[in-house]
Amino acid sequence: MSGGAHGRSKGLNGWLLSLPALVLLFVAASGPLLIVAVYSFLEKGDYSGVRWIFSGDAWFRVLFEKDIFDGTVSLADANLSIFWRSVKLSLATTFITFVLGLPTAWFIATRAAKARAIWLFLITIPFWTNLLIRTFAIMEVIRNQGLLNTALINLGVISEPIQILYTDTAVLIGMAYVYLPLMVLPLFAAIDRFDMRLIEAGYDLYASRWLILRRIILPIIKPGIVAGCILVFVPSLGAYVTPRVLGGGKNMMIGNFIELQFGQGQNWPLGAALSMVLLIVVMGALLLYTRVSSRDDPHG
Amino acid sequence: MSETIAVAARNVGKVFGAGAHTFTALGDVSIEIEKGEFFTLLGPSGCGKTTLLRCIAGFETPTTGTIELSGRDITHTPPNKRPVNTVFQSYALFPHLTVAENLGFGLKMLGKSRTEIDTSVARVLALVQMQAFADRLPQQLSGGQQQRVALARALAPEPQVLLLDEPLSALDLKLRKEMQGELKRLQIETGITFLFVTHDQEEALTMSNRIGVMSAGALLQVGTPHDIYERPVSRFVADFIGETNFLEATVEDGGVRLGSGDVLAVPPSGRTGTVTLAIRPEQIKIGQDGLSARVVATTYLGTDTHYTLALSDHSTLVARVQSNSGADLKPGDAVHVTIDAQSVQVLAT
Repeated sequence: MSGGAHGRSKGLNGWLLSLPALVLLFVAASGPLLIVAVYSFLEKGDYSGVRWIFSGDAWFRVLFEKDIFDGTVSLADANLSIFWRSVKLSLATTFITFVLGLPTAWFIATRAAKARAIWLFLITIPFWTNLLIRTFAIMEVIRNQGLLNTALINLGVISEPIQILYTDTAVLIGMAYVYLPLMVLPLFAAIDRFDMRLIEAGYDLYASRWLILRRIILPIIKPGIVAGCILVFVPSLGAYVTPRVLGGGKNMMIGNFIELQFGQGQNWPLGAALSMVLLIVVMGALLLYTRVSSRDDPHG
Repeated sequence: MSETIAVAARNVGKVFGAGAHTFTALGDVSIEIEKGEFFTLLGPSGCGKTTLLRCIAGFETPTTGTIELSGRDITHTPPNKRPVNTVFQSYALFPHLTVAENLGFGLKMLGKSRTEIDTSVARVLALVQMQAFADRLPQQLSGGQQQRVALARALAPEPQVLLLDEPLSALDLKLRKEMQGELKRLQIETGITFLFVTHDQEEALTMSNRIGVMSAGALLQVGTPHDIYERPVSRFVADFIGETNFLEATVEDGGVRLGSGDVLAVPPSGRTGTVTLAIRPEQIKIGQDGLSARVVATTYLGTDTHYTLALSDHSTLVARVQSNSGADLKPGDAVHVTIDAQSVQVLAT
């Protein structure tokens, strides 16, 4: 019938219309991911690239190593320490940006409309600047002859410069600086929606300032806190430029380790497997978040 | 005497801002509210009634003067240390907590035990008839229900004084009438002193034991609803509470002479010269004798009809007459009116 034909042509039109999006989705997102997934199960090529032979070797080598002489298998300590450092630094970055970002976002959200726009603009300015340049700027501040050490020496606080550059601390400072806006903006959005009159209600109902923060403000702005933490934690975990420049190549994070496999290491399958592990960790974190937040939601 | 005073403000002044941009919200207000009383602060917006309430709650510190609670100076005590709770105009219910958790919040902060909290929550839930909604979130409730929860939340810690900041203003007329009765019932049942702030004179008249009328940061008159309505001390109070006719007159021996030349035998007021008479519309009777007047306009209001009358000097009066009284007057009709001289208030001009 005409109705059926109409319905069919409508369905066909729908497919045709969404085709560009589907192509883009496959070419730009799923396709490359699929290639990485496939490569992680292949044998490594002689210099670089892959040989099209199935092998679980790369996945095995993510966690374990085989002694060249006696063939005994042990945990790959080097890999594990890189994983551990990445998670540790990312968690620390998330924590620092939260502690700095909460008062900042609160300050901005409680300004008058005009001042607020200016503060938000100032917060987003670093976004318009190249990451590499910003990282080198941090380097200029913390290196031994840099601003910080010179100032401290001139003030007589220290006599010898403190070695900050090329340490985990340097990486942490750099990442906290780079990702701070990603924490401030969602926190600002949440605090902006927060009804300040609830603070008076809490104060009236015998809550101290600390309890008002813990029992009223933090639970209500929680969606903003979680969004900020994810926006900071996820890119921190895969950070490449910051640990490379400020960590000096010794203090690698997963991102640098993956790059090493595709570059000097000439082990594409291992690089692909490591990328998949990173992806799985991030997905796991996101899944955990949705689980936790849906459990808190009484309608969930 | 002081044991019967629940809360007192003594010479309280509040100035906002600094330098050239100051605003005096409260002049020099002194007031004593008795224990177990339903006291209403009544006045137009910006008269300082909410500022006075906030000084008592502890959200504002008076610039001058002191606040006393049961004889104890609490001027500088923070809100969380005052046994006083507030029902906010916006309700300010915690959106992340259920109704029961909202009600238990104050008690929890006071460090009460789980069982004590549960008992009190059940008691106040029953008090406002919201037992069926204990596990709902505030946003799942209607405005009237949220209002009840806000009320119960403030009552749960059994405060010495309950402060209510225009709590009914967000409700529609029918619900507002219902809640007026409900509030009065709750006040009598709990025996807690209620300090109610409103700009609605009808709300004030129906619920209060006493009313304090405020304007421009000053307390103009304190008295029972009857006092305030029947014997207003100033033109502002007479105008603000109910409907009033104002007529210019001159004091003479034995009464006052109106602009129309008629003399009213009002009781002696101690005033001389030119005065303003405040006459309630229901105190004017249309009949066969008295002052001659002409009907200018009629307004049918259901039970009552308002007649706008012009006296011989063109000064106008509004008279309220029961619609079924049979007097079917039309604009232009010539009538005679009598004014109940004993109830006329003689005020300064």
